[in-house]
Formats: sequence, structure tokens, C-alpha cells
Amino acid sequence: MALAEPEMMDGREPAPMEKPQGYWAGVGERLLQDKLTMACFGVLMLLILSAVFAPWLGLADPYKGSMIARLKPIGTEGYPLGTDEQGRDMLARLIYGGRLTLFIGLMPVVFAFFIGSFLGVLAGYVGGLTNTIIMRTIDVFFAFPSVLLAIAISGALGAGIFNSLVSLTIVFIPPITRVAEAVTSGVRSLDYIDAARATGANNWTVIRMHVIGNVLSPIFVYATSLTSVCMILAAGLSFLGIGVRPPEPEWGLMLNTLRSAIYINPWLSALPGMMIFVTSLCLNLLSDGLRSAMNVRD
Amino acid sequence: MLSYLIRRLILVLPVAFGVSVICFMLVQIAPGDPLTAIMPIDATAEEQAAMRAAYGLDKPLAVQYAIWIGNLAQGDMGKSIATGRPVAAEVFGAVNNSLLLAASAAVIAFPIGVFLGFLAGYFRDTWIDRAVTAASITGVSLPNYWLGIVLVIIFSVNLGWLPSMGAGPGGSQAWVWNWEHMRHLILPAVTLSVVPIGIVARTVRALAGDILTQDFVQALYAKGMTRMDVLWHVARNAAATALSVMGLQLGYLLGGSILIETVFNWPGSGFLLSNAIFQRDLPLLQGTILVLALLFVAMNLIVDVAQAAIDPRIQRT
Repeated sequence: MALAEPEMMDGREPAPMEKPQGYWAGVGERLLQDKLTMACFGVLMLLILSAVFAPWLGLADPYKGSMIARLKPIGTEGYPLGTDEQGRDMLARLIYGGRLTLFIGLMPVVFAFFIGSFLGVLAGYVGGLTNTIIMRTIDVFFAFPSVLLAIAISGALGAGIFNSLVSLTIVFIPPITRVAEAVTSGVRSLDYIDAARATGANNWTVIRMHVIGNVLSPIFVYATSLTSVCMILAAGLSFLGIGVRPPEPEWGLMLNTLRSAIYINPWLSALPGMMIFVTSLCLNLLSDGLRSAMNVRD
Repeated sequence: MLSYLIRRLILVLPVAFGVSVICFMLVQIAPGDPLTAIMPIDATAEEQAAMRAAYGLDKPLAVQYAIWIGNLAQGDMGKSIATGRPVAAEVFGAVNNSLLLAASAAVIAFPIGVFLGFLAGYFRDTWIDRAVTAASITGVSLPNYWLGIVLVIIFSVNLGWLPSMGAGPGGSQAWVWNWEHMRHLILPAVTLSVVPIGIVARTVRALAGDILTQDFVQALYAKGMTRMDVLWHVARNAAATALSVMGLQLGYLLGGSILIETVFNWPGSGFLLSNAIFQRDLPLLQGTILVLALLFVAMNLIVDVAQAAIDPRIQRT
């Protein structure tokens, strides 16, 4: 900047020096410097990759039990993390368990992000009656604490992976819609939207070119802050017995079935919950890091 | 104030209506015919039709809803399929126990949360702030059903200090204010209090931090007020928002205790709910959820009104 000043004084255009850093490049740079966030990102990637590539890791069969090897303590020969109440290898079940747990814990927020953003941007941009109908419907869902709503819908639909995805998606659509609507109505009243409309752009073009880009990052950051709750809730549904069905390995379900063993092998039975805790802690910290890197204020 | 109260009450009506519609729909989205649970397998088509008519299931949905709401208005929530007892009686006994648990957790969580949050906000960017922030993010990340199990492992299994389940000695369901019953309350209440401690601490920290940087704080110091008097002004300014967050949390505690009640076999609404789910007792499921949701709505209303009473600026919006 100091170099450019004398030229400005002449009243001439300063020569283009260097392409200014883009928004996303700045975000990436700030994230890379944030060690805690990067560490959490690393742990999450490790969990996700080990879950995805579980069959190729040379683990024991997570479904194969053994009557004589039940509830072996952590560190037993051949069973590094012990065995569960049916003699199945805990290490294998914990790693395989990441597949369903992470899938059901993260996908509802992804679905709700798309549906909620669509509804919120629609309500915020169109306004009027459309806004009233969408937002008053959303208000009703806020009358339910999220845990209660998830359990109510899952309880009525019955256990199953698909039903859990449906109920959790329904739980997270209202908060995302509310944020999307608030951000969109804020952007809509700005001058550049009027300017774009004055040039003759139709609504679709204005939304696509001018609205989406400006509302998506706050909605995205907000959605990431919901992932940790969603993980805990998803595993909680399985813990209650209205999520994943046995014998599938899933952390919440494992925590539930191992409850009968807390007097025999207490710390072993706490392991699946440890996984849920570590994942949700990393998701929370990652979301916080993302929020500050993207300069989103709440 | 009165006009605010009336306006706020009118706003609650459509929400309460929506809540009742959702609760009514819960039974409709449940797979399977509600009749299969009560009809013998070999029932003829005429018998089934007769039963359907007797339960009003042959009428259009809107009519069924109107009948259901009409009964509700008279306090009739139907009969539990599993026990045959009226749903209302089952729900209210259980909700009492849940309220006790939620209130105890709130009594633990709110003072601790407010204290920690204020401390962190006051000593912003010091090690105290960082410690509180780390503790609160850990608190909100804890799956509390797991924390409950861990506390049972430590205090019941290893140390043998506290009972691990039930609301009283010998499976007692009715609450009595004595030490034997109190002992049963400690672990579930502490477990339940961890998440709200984190959330309240986070909110109060942000609030206190923001208010302390405002000009009026400098002005108060400049006119010679003592530190304690200034802090009192800050607290008054933070009270309305902090109160609303705590009120919401109390509602969440009521709804969120379901998992904790399952861990500790606490005879509350959550325990009732999970029984209803496993026995596919849909009237009981519907009734429990309706009562909990309406309680939550009422709680929000009380919070809003209290907030407006503390902070008159809110009444004008």
C-alpha cells in the first residue's frame, strides 16, 4: 500500500500489483494456522477413514462372537480392547461402529442444510404470505425440545436406520431454516439487491448470483455447529433402542448392550461412549474454528 | 405490561394448535394398523369394521382430530393400551418426577454456570477464561447418557457411595423428602446438569464480556462507584438475556431427561415414554409428548413475560 500512494497522488490509476487474496484462500490460511482446529480435523478424518476402510484394516470379524471369550478386559492377548458381552472383538466393533454412527450422526445435518437453506432463502427472499406460512410452521417445531422431537418421531416410526435419518432431519430443518431466513432477509434489504433488480435480472438470477453467495457461509457455519448435537442424538436414539438394530455395530447401541456388564468389566463398557464424546468434542471445536476463520458473527 | 401479556398469549394459541396437530399426526405416521394391536388375528372383516367404527377410525382425519381435541379439552387423553389405565393419570405422575429431576439439575447448573461464565467474561483472555471455555465446550460435547454410565461406574460400582437406579429405596415411585430418596436423586441430577452448565457459562461469558466493554461501565467507574456496585449494574443488564437462556434450558432439561431417566431407571416421563415406545403404546406416547411439549411452550411463555418484566425495552418490540 505504501508503494501505491505516490501514484494515487498523481491522480492516475495505480498499477495492478498483485491479485488480492480471495475469501476462501484467507479462510484456508487461517484454518491452517489454527492448531487445535487442525488437530480436531485430523482426528475426525482418522475416524472417518478408518470406518470407511475398516474391511481392509485386518481387523477381526465384528459380528463373530465367542461364548468362551466374553467380556475379556482391555489388553487381553488377541483382543487389544477386550471383547463385548457376546465375545466379539471390541476394537473391530468400535472401528466398524464408526460407519453407521458417523453416517447417521452427520447425514441428517447435510439433508437439513439443503432443505432448511431452501426454505429459509425462499421465505426470506419472497417474504409476505410465503414467509408467514413457512416461518409459522417452523415455529411450531420449536415448541419441542430437540431430544423430545427426535424420540417422538423415531418412537412412532419405529427402529431402523432410515427412520432415524428421517426423524433427525426433521429435527434440524427448523433451526437451519430460521437462521437462513434471518440472514436472507438481512441481505435482501441491501442496496446491491435493488441494483441487480434494476438491471432487469429476474428473481432466480438475483438469488443465484447475489443472494446465495452471501448467505451460504453463515448458514453453513451454523449447520456445522449442529453436527455435534446430531451425533449425540443419533447415538442416543440407538442407545434407547429406537435407532440401529442389533447386531449391527453402532456406538450408542453398543453402549446400551454393554450396560449389563458395568459390574463385571466397567471401563470396557464405557468405551463406545468415549468414541461418541471424542467425535462430538472434535465436531464442536472444528465448528468453532471454522466460525472464527470465516469471520461469521452470531 | 398487560397488553404485552395479552399479545404474547394470543401468539401462543397457534403454536399450541400446531403442537396438538403434530402429536395427533404421530399416531398417523406410525406403521401398521392401530387395530392389529387389540384385535385377534382371526377377526372377520365385519368385526374389524365394527371395531373401527367403535374407535372412530372410519371417520375422516379431520373429524378424528376434532374428536380427539374435544376429549382432550375434557382431560381425557385416552387409555394406555399396555395397562388400560387412563393416559392422563400415568403422564401426570411421571411428569412430577421429571419436574423434580429437571428442577434439581437446574438448581445445580444455573448458579455454577452463571458464576463460571461471569468469571470468564470478567477475566477475558486470561487463563481463567480459557479454562472456563474449555470446560464449557467439554460440557456441551458430553453425551450425557454416557456421562451417567461413567458416574455410575465411579460412584456406584467402584466406590459404592450412591445407588445407581430408581427414585427411592425398594423401587419407590413416590417422592418423599428424606435422605434415602435424596441419595437416589444425586447422580441423575448431576449428570443432567452438565450440559446446561456449559451452555449457561458460554452465554453469560459472552454477555458479561460485551457489557463490560460498553461506555456506561467506564462512566460508572468515573463517577466513583465501587467495583461491586458496577458489577451489580452489569448483572442487571445481563439478567434478561441470561434468564431467557436459563428458562429455555429448564424446558430442555424436562424434555432432555429422557435418556438420563433411562440410564437411571428414574420413574419420570422419559422412562414412561421409552416404555410406551417398546410396547407400541401409541396413546401413551402421544399423551406424554403432548404434555411435555405444552409444558415447554408454557415455560417459554413464562420466560418471555419475566424477561419483559425485567427489561421494559422488550415490551415495545
